[in-house]
Amino acid sequence: MTSFLTPNRRQFLTRTAGLAGLAAAGSALPFGAARAASLTVGFIYVGPKDDYGYNQSHAEGAAAVKAIPGVTVVEEERVPETVDVQKTMESMINFDGASLLFPTSFGYFDPHILALAPKNPKVRFEHCGGLWTADKPKNVGSYFGYIGMGQYLNGVVAGHMTKSKKIGFVAAKPIPQVLLNINSFLLGARSVDPTITCQVIFTGEWSLAVKEAEATNALADQGVDVVTCHVDGPKVVMETGAGRGMYLCGYHANQAPLAPAKYLTGAEWNWAKVYTDMVNTTLKGGAINNFVRGGLAEGFIKMSPLGSAVSEPARKQFESVKAEIIKGGYAVIKGPLKDNKGNVIATQGQSFVETDVALEGMNYLVDGVVGSTS
Amino acid sequence: MTDIGYWGVPLAILGGAIRVSTPFIFVSIGECITERSGRINLGLEGTLVFGAMSGYAVAYHTDSAWAGTLAAAFAGLLFGLLHGWICKFPKVNDIAIGIALMIFGSGLAFFFGKPYVQPVAPDLPAIPLGFWSDIPQLQAALNVNVLFLVGIALAFAASWMLKNTRIGLTIRVAGDSADAARALGIDVNRVRLWSTGVGGALAGIGGAYLSLYYPGSWNEGISSGQGLMAVALVIFARWSPVNCLYASLLFGGAGALGPALQSVGISQGYYLFYAAPYVLTLGLLVATSSAGGSATRAITAAPGELSITK
Repeated sequence: MTSFLTPNRRQFLTRTAGLAGLAAAGSALPFGAARAASLTVGFIYVGPKDDYGYNQSHAEGAAAVKAIPGVTVVEEERVPETVDVQKTMESMINFDGASLLFPTSFGYFDPHILALAPKNPKVRFEHCGGLWTADKPKNVGSYFGYIGMGQYLNGVVAGHMTKSKKIGFVAAKPIPQVLLNINSFLLGARSVDPTITCQVIFTGEWSLAVKEAEATNALADQGVDVVTCHVDGPKVVMETGAGRGMYLCGYHANQAPLAPAKYLTGAEWNWAKVYTDMVNTTLKGGAINNFVRGGLAEGFIKMSPLGSAVSEPARKQFESVKAEIIKGGYAVIKGPLKDNKGNVIATQGQSFVETDVALEGMNYLVDGVVGSTS
Repeated sequence: MTDIGYWGVPLAILGGAIRVSTPFIFVSIGECITERSGRINLGLEGTLVFGAMSGYAVAYHTDSAWAGTLAAAFAGLLFGLLHGWICKFPKVNDIAIGIALMIFGSGLAFFFGKPYVQPVAPDLPAIPLGFWSDIPQLQAALNVNVLFLVGIALAFAASWMLKNTRIGLTIRVAGDSADAARALGIDVNRVRLWSTGVGGALAGIGGAYLSLYYPGSWNEGISSGQGLMAVALVIFARWSPVNCLYASLLFGGAGALGPALQSVGISQGYYLFYAAPYVLTLGLLVATSSAGGSATRAITAAPGELSITK
């Protein structure tokens, strides 16, 4: 017995042949030409895309891409850094026809993107934060911004505003990018006053609301009066910190609306520019570089407008350091510098400028940071 | 700000016990009442998350945190009643339904909660019980939310209710022997339906505490498994509401250990400190279970009709 839903082989072949014929006819029609320049782009987020943080910054970039004519954007949020992301990528490639993917979370790279890239040579995988090297597949690229510079500027303002000479950092995991942010925040503050210390608390996860609140409270109990963070959604840290009367430096996106009186400034991503550039390059048939980096000068990152609480000297130094950074070649990590265990990081005269790839393998906390990486 | 150094650790444990434990208190007392009637509702994690979302949403629209808390309780009641109603049918497994409702509740909360991630809703009020001290850290730790005090009162009230009232006796009979209850003319399914409903309502309030007080905002990661942990706490607390209160306080306090130790500079091995609440629970469970030497002693407090002990 056969029905339409359970065809035998012959029925199946005739029907699919008919469909194929239709598709061929379709491609001969005039609108086929317009579709030649079309592109489906997939964005994958590890958390909700309106989290006042990391995922929101990427979703704002995706929204800018949507405005480009001829581009279809498919998005999926809350995709864990497990084999789930491989399934999501496969479905975007096979069902949505995506040929450019932006899996935005750090943990998507190895092994997930690296597993799928060789199987899908026509698809371009652009990963945020991963370190592409020449031995990795050619259809994979990695991009990131020098947001540590933004945290350095946060630190400059924090250094002026702290009274207790203790500033705090709520961090998720001790990966190189987070460590660079912590170190930059402290070194920015120390450029104002070398006696300042930075207390860091690792929560162990990218998004753990109660623990982030506890960490912020613990910092406040120790007399920390300026706090910033590197977690996926800074909303909890900002609200808890403001509740305890601390000044706030933002991260990922602009959190000023949450506590306008306490918000000093913040290091924000500007993915809208990065993503529209990459998509436009692809539409024109050009190739995106496998390794893309940029900072304040390139428009990859930006600073939140300075808050009303920021003092005049802080404002002045902030603007002058920012102008220096935009000139290029600025080094935050420079000698003489030791880590907080006493090992030498940089000797006198040695410096690592913002573009130095060595910074992306950072595994230490500099002298003055109270905390440990494990 | 006074420099309190290492005193920050006990202070954080005290503060953590007060701040973090409230959702545990409400969910575990609710689950305690449900389990004493002979059913397990594993779906309270979903109810908690949905309560957090609905509480936040209603508080945002009405500009009243108390209206939000009521809405969360009502939403929780509906979830509980749904569980109780499905489970009255023959051959329905309450644990399986609980897991289904856990996923359903979270999914529904994420779906409806999308527009509320960004807005800021009013917070529940706190009572500054630290007014007598001039140490700001102590004042902050003793900022006690009203729901925390309600939770403490509730633990003793529920305990008294189960022991001394007709309703309590009815619940316990339904939980210990359905046959005996039927012989007494008690409608077992109805007792369990309302016990599960009340349990759900309490879990909803626990969720409202999360989104309306601490950490005080709605997002999809608001619960880090508090609802599930609280169900485990009921077993740990041997089905006694007052013990549930103590277990919740212990759990909240131990949870504050990780951040507090890092804040005073003891930062090596923080992943281990974060495991402290679980290690503590496990240790206490082993210690109290093996004390009498009899393998059956530990479970004697368990209601006889529970599907895990039957």
